[in-house]
Amino acid sequence: MKIKLNIWKQANAKAKGKFEKYELDDVDAEMSFLEMLDSLNEKLIKEGKEPVAFEHDCHEAICGCCSLYINGHPHGPGKETATCQVHMRSFKDGDTITVEPWRAKSFPVLKDLMVDRNAFDKLMAAGGFISIDAGQAPDANANLVGKIDADKAFDAAACIGCGACVAACKNSSATLFVAAKVSQLALLPQGKVEAKRRALNMVAKMDELGFGSCTNTGACEVECPKGIGIDFIAKLNREYLCASFSEAE
Amino acid sequence: MSKFFTSSIGQKFFMSITGLFLMLFLVVHLTINSLLLFGDGELFNRAANFMSSNPVMKIIEPILGIGFIVHILYAAFITLKNQMARPQGYKVANKSKASWASKNMFILGGLVLVFLVIHLANFFWKVKFGTVAAITIDGRELHDVYGLVAGLFKGWWWYNVIYIVGATFLFLHLTHSFWSAFQTIGWDNNKWIGRLKVIAYIYATIVAGGFAFIPLYFLIKYVV
Repeated sequence: MKIKLNIWKQANAKAKGKFEKYELDDVDAEMSFLEMLDSLNEKLIKEGKEPVAFEHDCHEAICGCCSLYINGHPHGPGKETATCQVHMRSFKDGDTITVEPWRAKSFPVLKDLMVDRNAFDKLMAAGGFISIDAGQAPDANANLVGKIDADKAFDAAACIGCGACVAACKNSSATLFVAAKVSQLALLPQGKVEAKRRALNMVAKMDELGFGSCTNTGACEVECPKGIGIDFIAKLNREYLCASFSEAE
Repeated sequence: MSKFFTSSIGQKFFMSITGLFLMLFLVVHLTINSLLLFGDGELFNRAANFMSSNPVMKIIEPILGIGFIVHILYAAFITLKNQMARPQGYKVANKSKASWASKNMFILGGLVLVFLVIHLANFFWKVKFGTVAAITIDGRELHDVYGLVAGLFKGWWWYNVIYIVGATFLFLHLTHSFWSAFQTIGWDNNKWIGRLKVIAYIYATIVAGGFAFIPLYFLIKYVV
C-alpha cells in the first residue's frame, strides 16, 4: 500500500521544527507502525538523508517508550493500544498520516518525535514509592490484601507511564498518571502508611512541573493504552482532600 | 493545608463547591419562577417579595454573589494556567472522544455570564435600585415583579429568544458541571460515574428546560 507521511522534524530541543512530507510506496499492511517508520528510515539513510528520530523499546506495550501522536490520537487508532501495537492494516491505501510528538510544556521535544518525559520520573521520585527495608522476601500471607483491593490496585498498576494521558488532555494534565500511582499504593497495606504524604507531594510536584489541572473531559482514559479509568482521579481527589484536611504528618 | 488554596486540586475543589452551591440556587430560583406560570401573577409577586424581604435571604444574597465571583475568577485563573501547559499545539486537533461541553466549559461559562449580565440588568437591578411599580395585595404594598417580568416578555419577543438561548448555554454547561463537581470532590467511583452523568442530564434538562419554558410560554401565549 502507498502511504503519505507528514512528520514533525526538529533538529534539537532548541531548534524550530517543521513538518516534512515523505512517501512510501511498498508498505505491507501487516507491518507494525514502528516497522513502517523503520522502513522509512532505511530509505532515508540510503538516500543520504537524516532519519526520523522516534522512541521505542519493548514492542509489547509494557515499557511506555513509544509515544507518537498519530492523526489526532495519542498512540494512533485503536482502543487500549500503544503505538507499538498499531499495524498498517488500520490505515487505507493512499492515506496521509500525520505524526507528531507529545505536546506539553512539561514534555519538551528533544529531537523529531522524541520528547523528554523526565517529568514523570520526578513525579515518581516525589512519592511514587514505598519506604520499606528491603530484606528477605516476606511470607506470602504476611500482608493480607482483599481480592477487591488487590484487583483495583492491579488495574492502577497497569499504568506504563507513557504519557498518553498528558498528550490527550487539553490541559496537558498528568492527573491520570498521578491518580494511578497514588491509588495503586493507597489500596495496598504497604503503601497506606505513606498515603497522605504521597498524595500531597505528588500533586505539589505535578503543579510545580507545569502540568495543567484536570477538568474531567475524560480524554485521558479514552486514549490510555492500559485502560486506566478516571474513577482513579476521583480516588486521587479523595486522597488529596483527606490528606489536606487532616493533621500534618 | 496552606498549599491547598494554590494547588490544582484545591482550586478545583473551590470550583466544585461554589458550582454545587450555584446549582442549588438554580433549583430555588426555578421553583420561584415556575409560579409565573400560575394565575394572574399574585402568587409570583408574593413569592418574589418574600424572597427580597426575607432576612435569611439578606444573608444568602451576598454569599451567592461571592459564590459567583469565586467560581468565575477561579475558572479564569485555572483556564489561563491550563492553556500555558501546552505552548505549542497539535497540527491535527485532538480527536479523543470527550463531550463537547466538557472541552468548552470556559466558553460556555462566559456565554452564561453574558446572559447573566443581561438578566441582572433586566430584573435584579430594577428591583434593587430602580423603580418598580407598586401593587397592593392584602393591604400591603409590594413590588409588582410579575408586571416587570411579564412586561419584558410580552413587549419584546427577542428578549424571550435571548432567555431561551441563555438557558441552552446553561444546559450545556450543567451537563458537564453536575457530575464533574462530584468527581472533583472525590464523591465518585466506577459505578457512580455513569449514574452521575445520567443524573447530570436529568438535572440540566429540568433546570435549563424549566428556565427556557417560561419565556417560551409568554412568547406563545401573548406574542405569537
